[in-house]
Amino acid sequence: MSAEHTAEHLQQQVRVYFIVFISLMVLTVVTVAVSRLHLPVGAAIAVALVVASVKGTLVAGIFMHLFHDKFPFIFKVLIFSAIFFIVMIALFMFGYFDTFASERAILEAPALEEPH
Amino acid sequence: MLIPYDNENHPVTGVYNAKLGIWLFLASEVLFFGAFFSTYILLRIGAGGVAGAWPLGAELLNVPLATINTVILITSSLTMVMAWASLKLGKVSKFQIYFAATILLALAFLVIKGFEYGEEFSHDRYPSTSTFLAIYFTLTGVHGLHILLGVAVNVYHLFSAKALYQENPEKMVNRIEVAGLYWHFVDLVWIFLFPVLYLL
Repeated sequence: MSAEHTAEHLQQQVRVYFIVFISLMVLTVVTVAVSRLHLPVGAAIAVALVVASVKGTLVAGIFMHLFHDKFPFIFKVLIFSAIFFIVMIALFMFGYFDTFASERAILEAPALEEPH
Repeated sequence: MLIPYDNENHPVTGVYNAKLGIWLFLASEVLFFGAFFSTYILLRIGAGGVAGAWPLGAELLNVPLATINTVILITSSLTMVMAWASLKLGKVSKFQIYFAATILLALAFLVIKGFEYGEEFSHDRYPSTSTFLAIYFTLTGVHGLHILLGVAVNVYHLFSAKALYQENPEKMVNRIEVAGLYWHFVDLVWIFLFPVLYLL
């Protein structure tokens, strides 16, 4: 069930909202600062996505109340969405890399014998 | 006509109907933006791997303006959640200030985005110029449309809130919570768009 936001709880939450806001600002500065270090592409992508994921978790968990609401149904919906998202990327990737695998297979395949 | 579970939580889903509706909509939005992100990954890898011919966003785009826009959108998320909390606590005038601030920040975001687009166009950079610019304009354009839709809904709520709050306070609080969930999602999408397009 969705937990109730009582007046007392809300007063406490307001402080948490400001703390999350400051954290998001700091993480934004971190994101821009790291990009100026000119890290290798792989490392830069990893750092940027980790920082963005932390920021996203704060927004979804605190501002969107996912940490507070006891709402298992929406978690199931979101987990399914995440799975479909991963499958969508995987299908694109499989399709892309399979093209090259197929081309290589054609190039490397032994020539067919001429029919007699 | 009394709509069941308009205000109170449904025993099966655990939330009121509008909240269930917006979460289902947001789940579909995850897939909508997910398709664009997948396309971005595919195009980037297709351009010769992650470190291949793909241009660095910072060399083509205006990072300081995008950083300011990130700060604006995060601030608007704070004002939005504060608007909801204020209304929940019965402070209507405080709610109106926070909610109006959210709308103004959203408009500021769009104006800055307009300047960014103008700068790109002045350098003869259009969606048809390159694959990178095509996906940049598509992703930021679709995101901008979401901002515009949010502004329209929020302006309607700003002017109708007081009357509806006096008539049915719980329903108005729920409406603002639902509008807030949408708004935070739009912020969340930008949190990923910013590094992906501008910094990597």
